[in-house]
Amino acid sequence: MAESATKLESLAPPSELRRMEAVPTNRSLGWLTDKLTAFNEGKTPLWWWILFLPAAFCAAFVLPGALIYKISIGVGVWGNNAPVMWGWDIINFVWWVGVAHAGTLISALLFLTRQHWRTAIGRAAEAMTVFSVMMAGLYPAIHVGREWFDWFMFPVPTSNDLWPQFRSPLMWDVFAVNTYLIVSTTFWYMGLIPDLALMRDRSKTRVKKFAYGLFALGWTGSARHWHNYEKAYLVLSGLATLLVFTVSSIVGMDFATAQIAGWHETIFPFYFVAGAVTCGFGMVLVLLIPLRKWCHLEDIITMAHIDKICKMLLLMGCIMGYIYAVEFFMAWYSGNPYDSWVFGHRMFGHQYWFGGWIMIVINASLPQLLWIKKVRQNLAVVFIIAFLINIGMWFERFTIIVGSLYQDFLPSSWGMFHPTWVDAGVFLGTLGAFFMLYLLFVRFLPMIPVSEVKAITPQANPHLVAKGEKP
Amino acid sequence: MNEKTYGLVAEFDSAASVLSAAEKVRDAGYRRWDVFSPFPVHDLDKVMGLKNSRVGAFSLLFGAGAFIGTMGLIWFCNDFDYPILIGGKPMFSVPMSVVPAYILLVLAAALGAFIGMIALNQLPRLHHPLFGKKRFELVSRDKFFLAIGAQDEKFNATETRQWLESIGGAHVELVEDND
Repeated sequence: MAESATKLESLAPPSELRRMEAVPTNRSLGWLTDKLTAFNEGKTPLWWWILFLPAAFCAAFVLPGALIYKISIGVGVWGNNAPVMWGWDIINFVWWVGVAHAGTLISALLFLTRQHWRTAIGRAAEAMTVFSVMMAGLYPAIHVGREWFDWFMFPVPTSNDLWPQFRSPLMWDVFAVNTYLIVSTTFWYMGLIPDLALMRDRSKTRVKKFAYGLFALGWTGSARHWHNYEKAYLVLSGLATLLVFTVSSIVGMDFATAQIAGWHETIFPFYFVAGAVTCGFGMVLVLLIPLRKWCHLEDIITMAHIDKICKMLLLMGCIMGYIYAVEFFMAWYSGNPYDSWVFGHRMFGHQYWFGGWIMIVINASLPQLLWIKKVRQNLAVVFIIAFLINIGMWFERFTIIVGSLYQDFLPSSWGMFHPTWVDAGVFLGTLGAFFMLYLLFVRFLPMIPVSEVKAITPQANPHLVAKGEKP
Repeated sequence: MNEKTYGLVAEFDSAASVLSAAEKVRDAGYRRWDVFSPFPVHDLDKVMGLKNSRVGAFSLLFGAGAFIGTMGLIWFCNDFDYPILIGGKPMFSVPMSVVPAYILLVLAAALGAFIGMIALNQLPRLHHPLFGKKRFELVSRDKFFLAIGAQDEKFNATETRQWLESIGGAHVELVEDND
């Protein structure tokens, strides 16, 4: 048998089937390195401070203030009351978990499916996941009312034999959200290790060298290390992909196992996953459209990337439309008067009718604009659509939760929900904390995975030899 | 050879040149050598004869352990130690337990992959003899380094240096091991 096979010339695919270049700028590895770390090493720009200071204020004062007030007085300071026992706290929990999902989908699922374009935005999306899961996890912990008993949720051996009751999806949620936080943080951090080593090697001051060096764990870029690293990265993305479908499914089951009309639906796990991803893609666009301009990354996060995310958003918008249609159809087809009542009132009730219309107009209809190429290429329009989808998805959760709870089976358990300033304070606080963390991430860590981007450049292919160069 | 010597390190400009140099090092019969690069170089693992990484085994062990452990934990908590009857449902059943067990499988398998990577790479190792070389800072930027360890039987400070230069290595330097 011959030692090596004859080299085959493969024909280039027709232009319409050609994939977009993963790194559209044909630049050297050194140029890419300088470009992608320029924002971390440059002077802090004014816009960063303008965004950071209010966010940090919310995180440092509004959030602790609202939390301390709520914890010291009790859940009554929120608008939650019979029959609407789940209010903004659970809405915001579901919303934040949802925001997280697109990050994992981009960084893990698109890695497994070898979508090389995802490389440039993977890190930024994954950071969004990590920070929004942190915000999400806060809500159930304070929603329980007696926060000092939060440890009851974990199987800790105690003298009074108090074990969690594992039959409840609410219990599964505890594990799902914590797992999501730990796994996505691990995945994110592991992706950062080679870039932390890069920052260490480039640092001019001893303090920076020490700080980056400590977290880089002494990474040398050894081929033996890369060998294990790549395997671990593959395994982690496989596992993180499972979480894309698991976490929101379990959140959906929290609702589906209840008897409430409007919740008790088998479509809920899928519904919540789809809603989560829709919301997350909206947030990715809201974060990346300004950042690519302000951090001068237009060459790296190109219009082609925005176009791809827009197409994903369009797909998710269609799925949302389908799910809404199925929900309304089932409410009518089941012949269940309570279901028909709830769904009728979502659109034409005397209260909260706006939530139902926002769901359909924003989440299902507005993304349809993205069929038009001109719209996808207009950053201002895309930003507005993405921003509105975030709001629309928040109202979807509002409609599902409050809209189903406020008129229960008996008129005796009918009542209105009025949010209070504490509800708003906690939400504002988590928004501030999220943006504060995100801005710190953008400032101090490379938001584009430098080593991964370099690895997909043409010159990274060792079998590609430049003309005139001896192999 | 002097115990205080780590080895010789040579610098290369591209992934292609370091890969072909690595092939020559392998063919020359060196056994203790390594390549350092800013990103994983395709096919280098084959040239270096690296077997399938054992990270997967860590992941499998951790994950399987967590799955079985969680099933056992749920049985212990809700059936054995303090049975609670809820809605006439069985004290322990697979459908109710499989979800938390699966979630913790994912958690443990992910941590297993990470811990496996760290353990197999013997990290954290905050100091490395190569960090003493100023040029080695470029390893995370755009340069590729090939190091031949002083422990190698074929290693000879002068001959190996000349040989490394002959296969295209630039800035060949002797690295001291001051640990």
